[in-house]
Amino acid sequence: MIMTQQRPLEDQYDVIVVGGGPAGMSAALGAKEAGADRILIVDREKEPGGILLQCIHPGFGLQQFKAELTGPEYAQRVHEQVQAADIQIATDTYVLDITPAKQVQLMSGSEGMKLIQTKAAILAMGARERTRGAIRTPGRRPAGVLTAGLAQKFVNLMGVLPGHRAVILGSGDIGLIMARRLTLEGVEVAGVFEIMPYANGLNRNIVQCLQDFEIPLHLQTTVVDIQGRDRLKRVTVAPVDNHFQPDLSRSWDIDCDTLLLSIGLIPENELSRQLNIRIDPITNGPVVDSRMETSRDGIFVCGNVVHIHDLVDFVSAEASLTGRNAGLYVTGQLPPPDNIRLVPGENVGYCVPQTISSDRDHTVYLRSRQPIENCTLRLGDVYEKKLRYVFPAEMINLSVKPRFLQKFHGDSLKIDLLPP
Amino acid sequence: MTALDNAQPDTLSHYLCIGCPMGCRLEVETEPDHPSQIVEVRGFSCRRGEQYAHQEHTEPRRMVTTTVKIDRGIWARVPVKTLEPIPKGQVKDLCIALRQVCLTAPVERGAVVLADALGTGVDVVTSRSMAAATFDNVAGSAVR
Repeated sequence: MIMTQQRPLEDQYDVIVVGGGPAGMSAALGAKEAGADRILIVDREKEPGGILLQCIHPGFGLQQFKAELTGPEYAQRVHEQVQAADIQIATDTYVLDITPAKQVQLMSGSEGMKLIQTKAAILAMGARERTRGAIRTPGRRPAGVLTAGLAQKFVNLMGVLPGHRAVILGSGDIGLIMARRLTLEGVEVAGVFEIMPYANGLNRNIVQCLQDFEIPLHLQTTVVDIQGRDRLKRVTVAPVDNHFQPDLSRSWDIDCDTLLLSIGLIPENELSRQLNIRIDPITNGPVVDSRMETSRDGIFVCGNVVHIHDLVDFVSAEASLTGRNAGLYVTGQLPPPDNIRLVPGENVGYCVPQTISSDRDHTVYLRSRQPIENCTLRLGDVYEKKLRYVFPAEMINLSVKPRFLQKFHGDSLKIDLLPP
Repeated sequence: MTALDNAQPDTLSHYLCIGCPMGCRLEVETEPDHPSQIVEVRGFSCRRGEQYAHQEHTEPRRMVTTTVKIDRGIWARVPVKTLEPIPKGQVKDLCIALRQVCLTAPVERGAVVLADALGTGVDVVTSRSMAAATFDNVAGSAVR
């Protein structure tokens, strides 16, 4: 990823993509394939790649590249495709606003403020980490309490350690991976604490990130107090009952100068809200049709902006569909709007997209509310499929074919995940 | 959580496969009184899982990904990885050895950072290219 001099910004583009992570870059490639010509990717960092640049562990690309890659390797491969397709990238640049008339207000390190007209826009800003405020942890507000992803950026990109002795709250994969990462860099990890009765991360990460280094995992336990005046000195942890109420009589103190929070992600939708795009209260992302278009004409979305994905490979697949449709919109060939609404039914947390059409293939992503073994996935009364197991932490991909819908004339289909 | 530590007949060992996100529960049966003699492996869903069970039972190995210092790069660290898994017991030592390494930007992806790391026969290479910093793309300069 040797840098070249940035091209100056034009006054008009066919497609402007907000965010140069895996979603934004794959979307730009899709738009190019579909015939859009002048495409600009805008990213606020020094280089494109997004969060992958700090995810130095392997496990990416098994589907997209048929190889197990680290995050930086995956990012670099996609970036090279973007360069080969001659797609312009403006780094060190923020998008401040997009008007309904699709004028994009940019603030660029090299060019200052600039208002640019685009025919279509793709929102690919990714997600933010949930912070201490989201779970209302009591205590003081000293330095040393930070999200796991921020600590990952400190350690893997900036070369600074967040502290000397750390406690990790939440057992999501980022938290587990940071437990190993900090240990390897000489930081002592006193333990990982999870309020649920099961770990949120993958079992393989419990084995290779915690058990390999004898880091204790405490389930049904949470942080109930944060102490320290300027710098974090100690946290108090306590077991919780089935209603998540901590039992303070069984609490204990842990001396530490760092508390990492790995407690989930929220789709980043500041720009979408400024545009008054309709947001789904469950996914926290825009409501989308099967063309990945939002409630605003010509504004498309992809990646963690829409809903939180488990695998970057799925992000790339979804984003390239988004990009193709944005490209078709620009060339006036966007397929007609959908005619069937999808309704999350029994044990379905949400589904994306929220509508489909009966004339083409679709991939519908859904998440279950509860774990079920030997589950039956039912799409209205047109299609049924057995699944060995479903977990809330694992996204389900449902492929919907036009032939399922040949004899269907309604306007809504319920999706259920039923126990045996 | 993993229930791998429950009391078992001493001819059975249990492992959780780390080959992919499926996380298969593997069972290795050995000869009585000869814990290194594997009789049968059960619970795997693919060949990699079967191989992992043998490897994990006889000599566990791990891929190592970490970072090394880089001077004049757009970031202060560059990510590196072992090309093959190395013995599990040497993972921490390798990370300590890599603290002595300092590269100078620009570097290309796949550049050998440490050949034959700790005598394992495995090379450690960069897992990305990194440009040299120019006046306006120095990242994290405030804390370097």
